[in-house]
Amino acid sequence: MKTVSSLLDDHWYERYKKISKLNIRSSIYDVTNRCNLRCKGCFFFSSDEHKAAPEESDLGRWEAFIDREMERGVNLAILIGGEPTLCFDRVEAFYKRLPTFCATNGLIKVPRDRFPNLMLGISLWGDEEDERVLRGKDTFSISSKHYAGDPNTYYLYTITPKQIGKTERIIRKIHEAGLKVHMQLLSNDEGVSGFSWKPEELAAIRAEMDAMLDAYPRTVISSKYYHEIITTGKMMGRPFGWMECPSVTQPLDRRDPAPKRLTNFIRWASDLKTMHRCCTSETRDCSTCKDGAAHMSWVMVNKRAHMTSAKDLQGWIEVYEMFAKLYQFLPW
Amino acid sequence: MTVAIELDQMILNIAAIMIEELKLEDVTPETFEPDIDLVDEVGIDSMDLATVALVLRDKYAVRIDEDDYPKLTTLRLISEYIHRKLAARG
Repeated sequence: MKTVSSLLDDHWYERYKKISKLNIRSSIYDVTNRCNLRCKGCFFFSSDEHKAAPEESDLGRWEAFIDREMERGVNLAILIGGEPTLCFDRVEAFYKRLPTFCATNGLIKVPRDRFPNLMLGISLWGDEEDERVLRGKDTFSISSKHYAGDPNTYYLYTITPKQIGKTERIIRKIHEAGLKVHMQLLSNDEGVSGFSWKPEELAAIRAEMDAMLDAYPRTVISSKYYHEIITTGKMMGRPFGWMECPSVTQPLDRRDPAPKRLTNFIRWASDLKTMHRCCTSETRDCSTCKDGAAHMSWVMVNKRAHMTSAKDLQGWIEVYEMFAKLYQFLPW
Repeated sequence: MTVAIELDQMILNIAAIMIEELKLEDVTPETFEPDIDLVDEVGIDSMDLATVALVLRDKYAVRIDEDDYPKLTTLRLISEYIHRKLAARG
């Protein structure tokens, strides 16, 4: 029988042991249906998820709900929306109870005296031009002023095909602001002209993402294996899609055969009763989904599939470490 | 003595279940080391354990509490857990 220690040298085995028993149990929460931006390609609005359920406004009900989630075994709350920073009281209810990550567009500054260690992921969709086309304004100029040098904040840089050849400038700006960055790819749910990926563009951006990781290893939180997975849509020869996705809400998951998946994962709407199908758009074609977290999780839940060689298992470790850093289970 | 034999047999039975359910290669119930760390060495995760727990529930009518998963790090510990619950039942 192949064992982990027979595949890894001491250095890699030590790295493996730091993550092997983390047992991360995440779920995703729509904090609000409202946003202070309307971005073209935002799955939440393009698939009408903001209309799926009315928001629960009673803070006491949020607190009781979060307590039940913890009893269910959730140890990582991923807050999305809408824009969570429109509802600091709800964010605080999570933050005071369990490890919490908050996705934000960065336009409203999170007060660090109230949320000293809250991990923030600021969405960024490209350079000034792309941001204006897709989001109506250049958010970086605002968010970078709010969070420059913040040790618990990183940019979640959603790369579009129009960014090929331009990522270095963005990464450098983030580096100069004293922040970290994680890269993912736009899924273009609204079919904005020129923003859908072609195979040759995916190959080009993979090379560029690799180059950015080499050039800015302390700024870019990523791994080359993740770049391979997200750009090819394949892992160990298997294509990503509905029958492989790990991030399907468990009580709604009727797939047969059941794939490896996130244990007890649910994505909750903001009424605290309605469940969304998965971590992203219900109307998205899963075979072209580029969701970064779903692809990371896809690797993470398939550990034994990577116990084929030292290289494969090292790739798995790097992706797991990346996830653990992005959600504060490991230091940068 | 009887209890020890029963436990040894249970280890073999549960090893066979794990090999079958998790499609473990290059190992038989007889060569499966009872004390090998299932997470750190075999690469088993909580979903794998949940899969095995379902089969064990059907075979032995014993439910493994999910809160107990982190303690069940070896084949021997799983077998002792099942064995103990069966013995308590009488």
